[in-house]
Amino acid sequence: MTFTREIDHGTPPAIAGGKSVSVTIDGQTVSMPEGTSIMRAASLLGGAIPKLCATDNVESFGSCRLCLVEVEGRNGYPASCTTPVAEGMVVRTQTERLKKLHRGVMELYISDHPLDCLTCAANGDCELQDQAGAVGLRDVRYGYDGATNMGQAKDVSNPYFDFDPSKCIVCSRCVRACEEVQGTFALTIQGSGFGSKVAASQNDDFLSSECVSCGACVQACPTASLIEKKVVEIGKPERAVVTTCAYCGVGCTFRAEMRGEEVVRMVPWKEGKANRGHSCVKGRFAWGYAQHQDRILNPMIRVSVDQPWREVSWEEAIAHTAAEFQRIQASYGARSVGGITSSRCTNEETFLVQKLIRQGFGNNNVDTCARVCHSPTGYGLKTTFGTSAGTQDFDSVQFSDVILVIGANPTDGHPVFASRMKKRLRECARLIVIDPRRTDLVKSAHIQADHHLPLRPGTNVAMLTAIAHVIVTEGLCDEAFIRERCDWDEYQDWAEFVSQRERSPEAIEALTGVAPEDVRAAARLFATGGNGAIYYGLGVTEHSQGSSTVMAIANLAMATGNIGREGVGVNPLRGQNNVQGACDMGSFPHEFSGYRHVSDAATRQLFERAWGVALDSEPGLRIPNMLDAATDGTFKALFVQGEDILQSDPNTHHVAAGLAAMECVVVQDLFLNETANYAHVFLPGSTFLEKDGTFTNAERRIQRVRKVMEPLNGYGDWEIVQLVANAMGLDWNYAHPSQIMDEISALTPTFAGVNYEALEAQGSLQWPVDASAPEGTPTMHLDGFARGRGKFVVTDYVPTDEKTGPRFPLLLTTGRILSHYNVGAQTRRTGNVAWHPEDLLEVHPSDAENRGIKDGDWVLLRSRAGETTLRAKVTERVAPGVVYTTFHHPTTQANVITTDFSDWATNCPEYKVTAVQVGLSNGPSDWQEHYEAQAKQSRRIETVVAAE
Amino acid sequence: MMSNQEQLVYMVNQIARNFATMGQDEAAAATADHLVSFWDPRMKTQILAQYASDRSGLSPIAADAIAHLRDHLIPSGQTPATVFNAVNEAGHSDAG
Repeated sequence: MTFTREIDHGTPPAIAGGKSVSVTIDGQTVSMPEGTSIMRAASLLGGAIPKLCATDNVESFGSCRLCLVEVEGRNGYPASCTTPVAEGMVVRTQTERLKKLHRGVMELYISDHPLDCLTCAANGDCELQDQAGAVGLRDVRYGYDGATNMGQAKDVSNPYFDFDPSKCIVCSRCVRACEEVQGTFALTIQGSGFGSKVAASQNDDFLSSECVSCGACVQACPTASLIEKKVVEIGKPERAVVTTCAYCGVGCTFRAEMRGEEVVRMVPWKEGKANRGHSCVKGRFAWGYAQHQDRILNPMIRVSVDQPWREVSWEEAIAHTAAEFQRIQASYGARSVGGITSSRCTNEETFLVQKLIRQGFGNNNVDTCARVCHSPTGYGLKTTFGTSAGTQDFDSVQFSDVILVIGANPTDGHPVFASRMKKRLRECARLIVIDPRRTDLVKSAHIQADHHLPLRPGTNVAMLTAIAHVIVTEGLCDEAFIRERCDWDEYQDWAEFVSQRERSPEAIEALTGVAPEDVRAAARLFATGGNGAIYYGLGVTEHSQGSSTVMAIANLAMATGNIGREGVGVNPLRGQNNVQGACDMGSFPHEFSGYRHVSDAATRQLFERAWGVALDSEPGLRIPNMLDAATDGTFKALFVQGEDILQSDPNTHHVAAGLAAMECVVVQDLFLNETANYAHVFLPGSTFLEKDGTFTNAERRIQRVRKVMEPLNGYGDWEIVQLVANAMGLDWNYAHPSQIMDEISALTPTFAGVNYEALEAQGSLQWPVDASAPEGTPTMHLDGFARGRGKFVVTDYVPTDEKTGPRFPLLLTTGRILSHYNVGAQTRRTGNVAWHPEDLLEVHPSDAENRGIKDGDWVLLRSRAGETTLRAKVTERVAPGVVYTTFHHPTTQANVITTDFSDWATNCPEYKVTAVQVGLSNGPSDWQEHYEAQAKQSRRIETVVAAE
Repeated sequence: MMSNQEQLVYMVNQIARNFATMGQDEAAAATADHLVSFWDPRMKTQILAQYASDRSGLSPIAADAIAHLRDHLIPSGQTPATVFNAVNEAGHSDAG
């Protein structure tokens, strides 16, 4: 396959919905949407007006003066990038005068540019080179003496790309990409005229600047000035394969540009509907973990966890796994074993793990990481709307007038979506942020929240009820919508409840710490500001009332009529690349795929007919219940695919005790993670680069994952599960993941129209995909809710039992940072360690001063559950009384601190509210020292000396 | 740190508290329905045993709910607290 770049039409498309005009370009007459630039029109016709400063993901700029054209009846030579087509316009792109002008412009550019094309990293992929050729440049009459911008020092500070100012043509594409696409505004053009140059922040190097390393500037750069280090090292790619990122729930699609089986770079795919040609540092650059030295490629087993690992063949490992699970079930009963599916593996792989458990183990003891993040979303939205997923697609935000973000920090957690949200905010949308912390969204470049409600952790339901109080008592509900679409009686019960004086902003001020006038203003804005959209994250769900908070959000959306069209909706920002998919595939212990309860006879019979066995009708164990049952002695074996519960689940001591009590723990993963410290079998897994399949993102969008290299471990993850299943006598015969998807489609009504041919044709599909929606469903609940009528649920505020007091006077909440992903298993093994090499504890200056803590000091963080040590960062981003940390490094042991309290409906852990005390420390805690020694011991791999 | 049995009592009390605004009878029914739908057989057996031996730690709603559980142990597909959509293989969307 010949490598080709995606076509760059020079300027963005015109805003949809306008009329068409007829324009003639070089003798060809065509109809174009009004507002289209001449440059774009010519490109769509197959022509290519020379250009340097124009690129189609940023607005036109008109600075390079290369794209000049002649327009009949107009004086001069307008720039085609800044000139829109008009009815009857006649354009010529190539005339004798234009040729001279084009060459003259190029001559000036080349007069101050290195002529090292043959050894330049951009050789063969350089727009300056291309345009010099296109305009027929043959000599530079000015010579190369005199002042020059060549010979400047390179900035190689960034781990992933270099900046060579000598090759910069000051087209400003990078600056505009940073502004318009990413929204960080880290780059400027410093100086003027001949002295103009690109500068990062206050003329800092890229690594020290505000640059977030999204790579939009690198992608925009037409020369080798900004270029990926991998391109410099490897050379030009020769082929490209479109695939989907394996980090977060945005689900960016990329062109994996390859040379042989080596990835040269990941370039965001312009046709990707989730990311629209943009990416973050993780998806674009942090894929090197696939070849990291820590990666385990051979299966290993051991009799007990205090022994070193022994490498074995796949046959031995699989046979041992099957034999152990069968032995344990024979000894302890059918329900003594279970498994955890991965939210990072594909839909097909997740489906197979839950099938292994249901068909093979004969129980419903299957769960997934959504347990600890968005399980309340599943419960809450299923109850109120009838669907366990968000209602919109990401494009919807461009039609929002008021955006309410609660318990989410998208600039760090969902950066590509945050960029799109910020673009809309810069246009005109208003912003309400409900978060204990002053996140970047509250105030950053050209963004300022109209209202920031910095509520005390644990008071979400009280706050949302207070907002509802204002909306109902001030007559701001959309009664017509409610009467038509919701249960009126339930609405009245709810309205009466929220109207009570004790639900008012004034009554809850002491509880939340937020001034009532701010709450009232925010409520009025949301109810009356136009299209209101709510985006939320784990700051909503990871609470003892997580499900109640989700339902309170749904109540607000229904009460204000903000459901069932673009620009509105309830939007859970799903974390992992395929956590939505894992839930869709039946990873919960009470549901088959498509969220159908295991007790539902009709559904169960469907699966029984397909799988040829009787299936358990009783709900199985959730992850925390598995651990409880393990310490009780009734749960003895666990199959864990792509999940690290020892690092990511709360109350580490309890998780460790549960794992230690089991007789067989199987971990299928890329690395020896923390859970593997307690494992008896390690099955090396494969990365997203090494398999075919699908991921489903936070928009319910099913997208293809395509193999770009053979799996270094020998098998795709789905093949490994099939080997285990067959060793247990199940007789599976999948030859390709597309066959697994065909089975999913046959058994899951919301996936009825999903198959690989349809995905190839459409690019992606948002479920439900069925006879009534063969091309998928971007916006849910258009004419009615999935459950019929929307259900208002009374959500009474029940305070958490995790109380502060004299011993533990502060509240700890947790979150993420841009450069790392969750437990850091992937990102810690990439260049991203350049940013955030350790987790830090954010402490307010007043709390720090009271404790004698300075920035950078080691501090001991203690809760009722345990203690750990990390460095402090003194900052006003947290309120007094609140401390905050991330959990990307296992050495931090953040979950030693978190408690067993959890959401009442789903047992989603209450990570966001832990009562703690902070004090100076002189070193790691006893647990950290013990843990590190134990982990090192556990990771030993037996070395077998070859016989003479 | 709670024992597993204490944890189960805590959980059922917590569920009951969150349904309390429905009133005693409806809240008990909703709590029972929740246990039927989401608790595995081991947990149900253990809470029933707790109810039989010592119900002093159970809230009134929780206690009533476990009595319901004891009396109506066979789960049904459709429940009042967590209503599931009708599903049929003819393709009716179960969206969620």
